[in-house]
Amino acid sequence: MKFFQLIWSNLRRKKLRTCLTLLSVVVAFMLFGFLSAIQEALVGGVALAGADRLIVREKVSIINLLPASYEARMERIPGVDFATHQTWFGGIYQNPKNFFMQNPVEPEKFLKMHPEFILPADEEKTWLATRTGAIVGRRTAERFGWKIGDKIPIRSTIWPQTDGSFTWTFDIVGIFNGKDKGTDTTPLFFRYDYFDEARNFGKGQVGWYTIRVKDPSQAAEVAGRVDDEFANSPAETKTEPEGAFIQAWASQLGNIVFIVAAILSAVFFTILLVTGNTMAQAVRERTGEMGVLKAIGFTNGQVMALVLAESCLLAVIGGLAGLGLACAITPVMAQKLSGLLPLFFLPARALFIGLGLSIALGLVTGIIPALQAMRLRVADALRRM
Amino acid sequence: MNENLSQNGALVDVEGVDKIFHRGSEDIHVLSNLNLRVSTGDFLALMGPSGSGKSTLLNLIGGLDHPTRGTVTIGEEKIGRLSDRALAAWRSRHIGFVFQLYNLMPMLTAERNVELPLLLTHLSRVERKKHVETALAVVGLSHRTTHYPRTLSGGEQQRVGIARAIVTDPTLLLCDEPTGDLDRKSGDEILDLLQALNREHGKTIVMVTHDPHASARASRTVYLNKGQLSNEPLK
Repeated sequence: MKFFQLIWSNLRRKKLRTCLTLLSVVVAFMLFGFLSAIQEALVGGVALAGADRLIVREKVSIINLLPASYEARMERIPGVDFATHQTWFGGIYQNPKNFFMQNPVEPEKFLKMHPEFILPADEEKTWLATRTGAIVGRRTAERFGWKIGDKIPIRSTIWPQTDGSFTWTFDIVGIFNGKDKGTDTTPLFFRYDYFDEARNFGKGQVGWYTIRVKDPSQAAEVAGRVDDEFANSPAETKTEPEGAFIQAWASQLGNIVFIVAAILSAVFFTILLVTGNTMAQAVRERTGEMGVLKAIGFTNGQVMALVLAESCLLAVIGGLAGLGLACAITPVMAQKLSGLLPLFFLPARALFIGLGLSIALGLVTGIIPALQAMRLRVADALRRM
Repeated sequence: MNENLSQNGALVDVEGVDKIFHRGSEDIHVLSNLNLRVSTGDFLALMGPSGSGKSTLLNLIGGLDHPTRGTVTIGEEKIGRLSDRALAAWRSRHIGFVFQLYNLMPMLTAERNVELPLLLTHLSRVERKKHVETALAVVGLSHRTTHYPRTLSGGEQQRVGIARAIVTDPTLLLCDEPTGDLDRKSGDEILDLLQALNREHGKTIVMVTHDPHASARASRTVYLNKGQLSNEPLK
């Protein structure tokens, strides 16, 4: 700490240059924060997926429906605890920009299958007793100011009612919370029996099934058994772990991890050059002063450490500021993107990785100037004052 | 500093020193078989024309450079045998440097500049502050502690440089043209200060200078020409 003043004073020497370099580091780490949040939003669910849950969809495409009668057959397959289904409703609330997911489900089984959705017991009871009842996630409820007792009209883009109307009205009977931060609390779920009875076509069919297996270590075998059960039927199935299903869903946009890594590599390579150049210049300008420090007793190692500490301080300040800005702005963006990316948030591990990256950036950009400073001969350096 | 003297009783003993610089294929002999002894408490002025090797000799005595041949002994320490690391530690304890252009850190205040050598010690912050205040008081700059070098006159900057040189209480002060960048009045003040450090505080001083007026303040003057020392100026 006693050397801090010396290190800090060197950063203050060329304020404009330091500020510009700092700004580039800030922007890089802010971008890192945003891209981490996007990556989390797209593939973060993979980590949260239940290891004991399988998704069963129609073999050719998820847009093809499966018979509701499959549920009972699935539950007879060895290794299956129970099964339940959902169907894509594709509804719009007031404006297409207000996108969020709404699916008809079997309330009891659905809540049992998804313990990550926390719904108060009395609200669950009301839902079971209300045919037009729907439960909505906390985030969407807050977004639109919905409260229990509200009647919400939602226009489906797929499903007309028997009277030809595409507008469905639901009674909000419950608002659920997520078990943890990564739980998506944007969807709305309503009762399948109401949906199936009121829809104009597709009766007795569902979108996909979720199966809970009795033993997660047997999940692959159970998946095989499910697909075998429905092989050569008019609606063959494809069964996979929930994590793989989410991954495949996200992969429709491309290899997200690769894209994010590619962008970040380009950004950090540029920053490496910018910061490295700043440090090299800063050390070159101070050759004489390095000589003075050595003359008064600083060792080569200490001078090297001072330069490295300076570059690390610059990178860490920029990194923390960038990550801080990303932290501050992400919730605002999350509000705007809640329909498109319901899980848009900056995960804590991204902050730790970012901090590590900033230290690494400081070390890499500082190492060459630091070595130059270390190798500087005192007598030569003093001649350059 | 260990005040023990070398075997011949001198604090500084430069013996049979050659210094050759290599420039491309050319060898430049700056010092040739040079011998110099400086006793404890001496104030030695080292004069000579430009390029005569005065600063080179000062660097050798201060352990900033190594002789091509010969030995430099300070006290009982043959400094040529020390590793770079040990030499740096030795310098921090035993040598104070005063430079012609002051060589202060422009971004640090006077007190922070003076504190620099103390950062290498185990002194606490409070102890360091006390030492800094004492050093600045000795050079008469107690009222300018928080000033940056750019706000100080040349003479004041050199005083800060001297305070930095004496703050660790070294016995040997090596001054490379300390008045070379100052007007006569400021130069005289610096020379008064060096004399006081020599006489009242017992500092041994080796001062390189071009200026006969400055060398007159020293207790002894030697002349360097073509790599050789003499007690007489070059005719």
